[in-house]
Amino acid sequence: MTGKSTLAALCLLAGTTHAAESATDLAALHARNLAANCTPCHSADTPAPNAIPRIVGLPADSILQRLRAFRSGDAPATVMHQIVRGYSDEQLSLIATHLATSPDLALDPR
Amino acid sequence: MNRRRFLHSLSLAATAPASAILAACSSAPRRGAAHVVVVGGGYGGATTAKYLRMWSAGRIDVTLIEREARFVSCPMSNLVLAGLRNLGDLTASYDRLRTRWGVRVVNDEVVHVDVTRRQARLARHGDIGFDRVVLAPGVDFLTEQIAGLAGNSERIPHAWKAGPQTELLRRQIEAMPDGGVFALHVPRFPYRCPPGPYERACLVAHYLRARKPRAKLLVLDANSEIQSKKALFAAAFAGPYRDIIEYRPDSTLLSVDAQTLSADLEFDRVRADVLNVIPPMRAGRLVDRMGIPLTNGRWVDVDWRTMEARALPGVHVIGDAVLAAPGMPKSGHIANQQAKLAAAAIVELLDGRSPDPIPTLLNTCYSFVDDRNAIHVATVHRYDAAAGTVLPVAGAGGLSSAASEEEGRYAAAWAQSIRADTLA
Repeated sequence: MTGKSTLAALCLLAGTTHAAESATDLAALHARNLAANCTPCHSADTPAPNAIPRIVGLPADSILQRLRAFRSGDAPATVMHQIVRGYSDEQLSLIATHLATSPDLALDPR
Repeated sequence: MNRRRFLHSLSLAATAPASAILAACSSAPRRGAAHVVVVGGGYGGATTAKYLRMWSAGRIDVTLIEREARFVSCPMSNLVLAGLRNLGDLTASYDRLRTRWGVRVVNDEVVHVDVTRRQARLARHGDIGFDRVVLAPGVDFLTEQIAGLAGNSERIPHAWKAGPQTELLRRQIEAMPDGGVFALHVPRFPYRCPPGPYERACLVAHYLRARKPRAKLLVLDANSEIQSKKALFAAAFAGPYRDIIEYRPDSTLLSVDAQTLSADLEFDRVRADVLNVIPPMRAGRLVDRMGIPLTNGRWVDVDWRTMEARALPGVHVIGDAVLAAPGMPKSGHIANQQAKLAAAAIVELLDGRSPDPIPTLLNTCYSFVDDRNAIHVATVHRYDAAAGTVLPVAGAGGLSSAASEEEGRYAAAWAQSIRADTLA
């Protein structure tokens, strides 16, 4: 499924269930879920040093640029070039934006 | 809803130490808050508990019930067999789930789940009510399918759940005479961790080559070929380990003799000094207590949009117990991804919304072939509405071109990172 049809499906879902909920919220939710694909290897909580680069909190542009470079083959990789081919450009952009801000990774106050 | 009764029973539980009760009650239950009970604290269950708290911003109360006091990682446990890690390296506490995320962690065992009344019964802590329940029971072994195996796990260890069995098998390997035979039986697919047996063969052979160079390692595979990373493992078997490892496909194991450590195969009989039988396996028997029907008598079929058992909506099942989707392995990494899928869906469902219609899962699975070099397999899986399941994304994923030290560093880093994602 392409990124555009992904968003279309999410908007359709919004329309049929909760019209009040904006497509932006659903896209953010989808972005959060997609970014959770990355965190087993790229956890924000991994103690340093770690051979796998820490990406949470980096600028979205540099994350996206790197992901695209893996896809084009410009950046050498052992596994990332195989992984990025599983995501559309739009999905990679959602992932990069989410990892840059990671609003869900705040400390639990309780 | 029986949270109050549950806490009452906790306060009366004379068998549990006071500190455990206090820890379990570290956050007071709140009237009106939804409550999710997660059963099983492995990679899947612990991740579910953490992400339910994270993604609900603490609005959902979460209780994690685990029968062991500490988390022990199965991934990397083959390194223990080769003397390259200690079990302590693979062991972690659940404290951060309590203190950082406010998960109530209860060290107990679920003996019964009443889905209609939404109540789980614990062996020591009485009844606990829930709005939704997540089962992450892992696998149980079908030892009865191999004559002579049941009750003999001390003589013939499986070491397929990390813990005392791992250390037992390590001691047996160390005590093996030079010139001895280590026989490893691989069950018919599907089983937990498809590349695991072949990684084990490589790592034990790595140890034998250095310490007992005349020893032999027989891989008795019930399957007709290597089940994961085939060319890469075949290269290791035929390369560095050619004088040690002998790979025998189509080796269906019929019976074992714990006294003589012999194994009767369909067409052969093998005598070993160390006999390591990975038994056939099925979903953890916890699911039987809820009457969930199993596919092929072994695995729980789920709705991949929510991880609910197809036969029992409202009950979520994740991890190795699940009937795998096409091309999806039973791995700790996939359990992590299923956990997040379930957590995301539960948060939406409890808020009266629909779950993400296109869940996506990623698997990256490293195996060591010696003390430094590792290989990987990676796959991306996405829900396909027309197929009603998740399918591997065409063109994505792949394997290492060859074993490398670089990937060995990534494999060790992966273990640290997924532990943090699960427990920190």
